[in-house]
Amino acid sequence: MKRPDPVGEVKHRRDTVLSAIVSQIPYIRFLGVSFDRHGDELTATMAYHPDLIGNPTLPALHGGATASFLEITAIVGLTWANMWQDMEAGNINVETVAQDALALPKTIDFTVDYLRAGLSRDADARAVLNRSGRRYASVHVEGWQDNRQRLFAQATGHFLMPQRDVKD
Amino acid sequence: MSDTQLSIARQFIDAIPHSKRLGMVMEDLDEGLAVISMPYDEALIGDPVTKVIHGGAVSALMDTAGGAAVMAHPRAGIGTATLDLRIDYMRSATPGQRITATATCYHVTRSVAFVRATACDEDTELPVATATGAFTVIARKSKS
Repeated sequence: MKRPDPVGEVKHRRDTVLSAIVSQIPYIRFLGVSFDRHGDELTATMAYHPDLIGNPTLPALHGGATASFLEITAIVGLTWANMWQDMEAGNINVETVAQDALALPKTIDFTVDYLRAGLSRDADARAVLNRSGRRYASVHVEGWQDNRQRLFAQATGHFLMPQRDVKD
Repeated sequence: MSDTQLSIARQFIDAIPHSKRLGMVMEDLDEGLAVISMPYDEALIGDPVTKVIHGGAVSALMDTAGGAAVMAHPRAGIGTATLDLRIDYMRSATPGQRITATATCYHVTRSVAFVRATACDEDTELPVATATGAFTVIARKSKS
């Protein structure tokens, strides 16, 4: 029987794969979004920056910044879930993963429900996969500020999954 | 609708920080109609393999154009916020090309403004994305 990998190695592998996904997408850096990981659960944070404002008189976050943040959370969550099995099985080369071509899902549609104005402070979000098939996926994302129970926006989107080459 | 209201709306939209950060330019603004474009920028790439910009940047463009169309509608006004926005992505935007969104505010009630929008790159035959949205309308005091 195969012995489980030491915990430090497992964490290093997971963190390396996550950072390989996040660091390869320029728009994530543009918006100032980062990801926290606990086991397989990801929490995205969009750090407040004045450039995210859409209504300077309130002030409130731009609806487009909120939509982008939730869509990023969905795409990274899907990509992460898609890689999880291979990663845990040790089939992903940690040394080269940051240079490997990312196979990302494509957004088919994305619907954002704005529940209250986004305030000028950090925002958090988590994605839940409603259904993740070989070809299509449905993802729900919840976004909040300060209070997990008080959502400022939520979204649902459909995605076309990347078709992997069949490996022998 | 007075030219003053349109010019106030134009000034407000031109001053939106996030839209400015994305390099958006107002191409046209008329009663219930807004045309806003956004240049291609490598910082907006969502897929490093294809260099296609992230859908979120297109959403931001659609949301800005939608809100602008509401602000430019004679029965709505400057104080509007997005209630709901749905984007359908028909195809990838061609890397390197400017994206232009055209939004129409096609119906306004006392509380809600309804919007449709289309985004195209240089190929205007097949849109990159379409959107439908609902925006808030601040109730006027002059209600009878």
